[in-house]
Parts: sequence; structure tokens; C-alpha cells
Amino acid sequence: MIKKDLVIIGAGAAGLSSALAAYQNGVEEILILEKEEDAGGILNQCIHTGFGLHTFHQEMSGPAYAQKCIDLVEQTPIEIQTSTMVLSVSQDRVVTCSSSKYGLQKIQAKAIVFATGCRERSRGAIQLPGTRPAGIMSAGTAQRYLNIDGWLVGKKVLILGSGDIGLIMARRMTLEGAEVVAVAELMPYSNGLPRNLKQCLDDFNIPLYLSHTITDIKGHHRVEQVVLSQVDEKLQPIAGTEKVFDVDTVLLSVGLIPENSLLEDAGAVLHPRTKGPIVDERCMTSIEGIFACGNSLHVHDLVDFVYAEGQRAGKAAADYLHQIQPADKMIDVIAKGELSYILPQKLHPSDTKLFYRVKSPLKNCTIEISCNNQIIRTLKKPALIPSIMEEITIKKQWLDECDGPLVVEVKA
Amino acid sequence: MEMICITCPKGCTLKIEQNNDKLIVTGNSCPRGVVYAENEIFHPMRMITSTVRIKGASIARCPVMSSVPVPKEKMFDVMKVIENTTIEAPVQCNQVLIHNICDLDCDLVATRTLKKL
Ligand SMILES: Cc1cc2nc3c(=O)[nH]c(=O)nc-3n(C[C@H](O)[C@H](O)[C@H](O)COP(=O)(O)OP(=O)(O)OC[C@H]3O[C@@H](n4cnc5c(N)ncnc54)[C@H](O)[C@@H]3O)c2cc1C
Ligand code: SF4
Repeated sequence: MIKKDLVIIGAGAAGLSSALAAYQNGVEEILILEKEEDAGGILNQCIHTGFGLHTFHQEMSGPAYAQKCIDLVEQTPIEIQTSTMVLSVSQDRVVTCSSSKYGLQKIQAKAIVFATGCRERSRGAIQLPGTRPAGIMSAGTAQRYLNIDGWLVGKKVLILGSGDIGLIMARRMTLEGAEVVAVAELMPYSNGLPRNLKQCLDDFNIPLYLSHTITDIKGHHRVEQVVLSQVDEKLQPIAGTEKVFDVDTVLLSVGLIPENSLLEDAGAVLHPRTKGPIVDERCMTSIEGIFACGNSLHVHDLVDFVYAEGQRAGKAAADYLHQIQPADKMIDVIAKGELSYILPQKLHPSDTKLFYRVKSPLKNCTIEISCNNQIIRTLKKPALIPSIMEEITIKKQWLDECDGPLVVEVKA
Repeated sequence: MEMICITCPKGCTLKIEQNNDKLIVTGNSCPRGVVYAENEIFHPMRMITSTVRIKGASIARCPVMSSVPVPKEKMFDVMKVIENTTIEAPVQCNQVLIHNICDLDCDLVATRTLKKL
């Protein structure tokens, strides 16, 4: 069996940055496995700019950002094997993968970083009504077809879901000559970044229907019509509010789910809310020596945060390989109130950071950090929205004194 | 007046007051927010990103961007030129593909390195 110090699964921003950090912290034999022909991950299809301001201090497109990471890796002895699909990982860290070049391989790793990214929720996942003609696909699939293969998937388009991929595709398809007739969002607010609402929809006068959903799709071979209805507070369609649109294409931008089937099969415990593994401040999962970062840990909207998380996981993997152990004490972190989730879910006393998102847009928020009903810190935020991930700095001495779970509560 | 700075993903909410001919901008986290607000009020500018056809590479399209923002109303003129452009591999990330596109003092640059097959 092949032996490696560190195997990284996925060569997106998270995988590449974790490899670099592990290398900089003294790990010698590092192998990155990537199923696609090229390294770079989802960045390769995100041709818009808006990447890299924090990490590289310049505004880049997704492919340029990926290139920068790949160039850095290529200056090191880190090995990247592309066109290699990981099939399974065992608890004792044997990675089974298959590639056209090397066939089936088994690799014994001392440590593993999962950086497998996320997948899009599909039509099945949201139970879309109507017939099943051609012309319905996820926004990310349409993005890949257009930006890498050069195929415009439709001429008259309706987008369901106002996540960033949907918004960016609305602009992209408009610039390519398609007509985007509407973006419909089930919730009373958008899940996209405010800047994307402005530069992708407002700039082109594309209407955003909040509190609306698709109640029928008509068409035999190809989509011909879509019916939108307004929804009530319980998100149920209101009869009599139907609007009919003649379109040939429906794009779904209804959310991303961390890709963790391999990690789950290996026996790691996943979190019901993030759908990623439960981790400590080192990004270590419930399996010793297996780490996770990037979109497979939780869905990110900024690549710079993905990069930074990859660096933490890579550094932690290096520490683990060098037998640098954290404190014995482990504290659970519990999200309460308006918090959607908080990460990591477990902490060893150390100077570290917590990351969180709220469930819905809030104004004048108070964030309380407490332990055993004793408030440790209170923070104020003028506004919080679900599309922006926030962070809290944690000091080791607060945790040294904790004798129970750390509770973080957000109140409006 | 309030507006969202779209220059970077931070998306600061800018507050703008007009004092005679001068704009007073607050709420920006960096100086680029002031430039954005001034442009947005007097002549809105946008970055353009798209792809051009590429021959001889492993994929069919090479991603491109405008080197600087272009006037918003000229976006579709630039897109027309982009649509009619075909390049040959190899191409280097940041390589200029078209100089001074549409006479806008702006270049069209590649944003991905693609080797010749
Ligand atoms: C449409 C879109 C627009 C975005 N826009 C912006 C923006 O404007 N600015 C910004 O900063 N950020 C943006 N982001 C966010 C950011 O770019 C991504 O979150 C980040 O690139 C994700 O990196 P990752 O490494 O976690 O995942 P990915 O890039 O998805 O990488 C995961 C890799 O793992 C591989 N893989 C998965 N399973 C296996 C397996 N079994 N075997 C081998 N390989 C496997 C995949 O092929 C993939 O290459 C955007 C994201 C999307 C989707
Ligand atoms: S003001 Fe600066 S930091 Fe804020 S969005 Fe604009 S460019 Fe980004």
C-alpha cells in the first residue's frame, strides 16, 4: 500500500490552501486527490470578479484566484493527482481511489483533510410541481455549461431562489443575450449578498418576487410556461395570486449542501443544521486525524474565508502529525436564539474564533456568550443577515474558567 | 442617500450627503467606497466578465475581464466585441487579449492560464 503523511481530498480553494499550510508547517509527503481534470474546484466556473481581496489584496476572477493557488502549490513538492475520484475512506485512514492513469489505488494516510466542496439542491429536494420537460436545471450546472463549455442553456429564463449563484447567472445570461423574466424567492428576503442584488438584478431591471414560489411548470418536451404564486407566512401558496410566465428555462438556485457522503460512510458525526461534520477548533472531525474545511464543512460565500479555514485545517493537521496535542479539556459550543448555527461545535481552551450565521435578517442585535448562566461577554451588532457569515474572537482564559458548555445567544 | 458599495464582497452601506458640489461619503470601510459613490452618482461604471472562444485548449472558453470598470451604458457594446472574438491557446492569466476595447481606455484580459494541447 502507498503511504503518505497527509492526503487531501479535493483541489478547490480549501484543499489547496490546507496543503500549502501543512507544507509550510513542516509536513513532507502531501498528496491532493481531485476528481476533475483540472485543479481549482468551483472557482473555475465562477468567472465574475470579487475574489481575493483579503488573501491576495487584488480583485480577481474565480479562475485567476484558483490559478494563484495552483501556482503556489506548484512551487512546492506537494503532489496533485487530478482525474482521481476518491471512492471510500476508512476510520483508520485508508483512502481508496480510482483514476484512469493509476487504476484503483489504496493509500494509507497518517492524516486526511476533507475539502470536497458542496453540491446544489436539486428539483427533487424541493419537490417542484408540474411536468418534467427539458429546460430545468440547477444554476450551477447552467454556469458550468456557459462558462466552461460555451453553451447558453436558454433564451427566456426564470430563476427560482435568490442565492448568489442564481443572481450571478441572471446577469451572466442577460449579458449573453438571454432574457431573464424574473427571480422568485420563497422567503420574504433574499439569500444573496446585497451587492449581487444590485449589480445583477437592479442594473438590468430584472424583477425579484419575494415570498413567491413556482406552483406549476407546463410543457411537453421543453419548458413552455411557469406559474408563480405568492406565499403566506407559513410559506403556503395563496390561491388567486398566480402569475404566468412564458419561458423555456427554469434555473434552480435553492441552496447548497456540503458534500459529505464519504465522510459519513467513514463514520464521522454530521451536524443536522450545517450538514457538515461536527468539528473542534482544529477542524478535526469526530474521527481522530480526519479534518474538514471549506464548503464541505459549511457553505461559505467568500473564498477568502474558505482559504483561511483551509489554512487552519492544514496547520492543525501538521500539529497533529507532529504530535502537538491540545489541552485535555473539551467544551461544547451551543447556538441559541436567532442563531442558525455556530462553528466549531467543540473547543479546547485556546485563543480562537467562532463563526456563525443568523436564521433571518435582524437589526440591533445583542450577542451573549455565557457559561453556566454566567455572561462572559456581550457584543453588539447594528445588523446581521443570513447571507453574511460573522465571527467572534474567543480568548483562552475565558474557556479555562468554563465548567460547562459555552452558550452563544443572539437576540434582536 | 444610501447605497451599497459593490466594489468588493464586503458590500458596505454608504451614506452620501451632498454639500454644494461636494459629496460627503460615510460608512465606507476603505477609500474605494468614496470613488464608487462619486462614479455611481455622476457616471456609473461596471466591471465586465465574460468568456471568449478559445481554440487548441482543453476547454472551449477562456474567461476574460475588463481591466477597469467601463461605463454602464457601454456594457453591451463591449459584449458584442467579446462575442465575436476567438483566440488560440496558449494563453496566460492577465494576458491582454484586446487593447483599448471600444475606445474605452480599457483592455480585455484573460483570467485563466490555458495551455496548448
Ligand atoms: C456560484 C458561486 C459564486 C461565488 N462567488 C464568490 C465571489 O464572488 N467571491 C468570493 O469570494 N467567493 C465566491 N464564492 C464562494 C467560494 O468561491 C467557494 O465557496 C469556494 O471556492 C469553495 O471552495 P472549496 O474548496 O470548499 O470547494 P470546491 O471549490 O467545490 O472544491 C471541492 C473539490 O473537491 C473535489 N471533490 C469532491 N468530491 C471528490 C471526490 N470524491 N474525489 C476527488 N475529488 C473530489 C471537487 O471536484 C472539487 O474540485 C462563490 C461560490 C459559488 C458556488
Ligand atoms: S467601501 Fe471598500 S470595503 Fe466597503 S464594499 Fe466598498 S470597496 Fe469594499
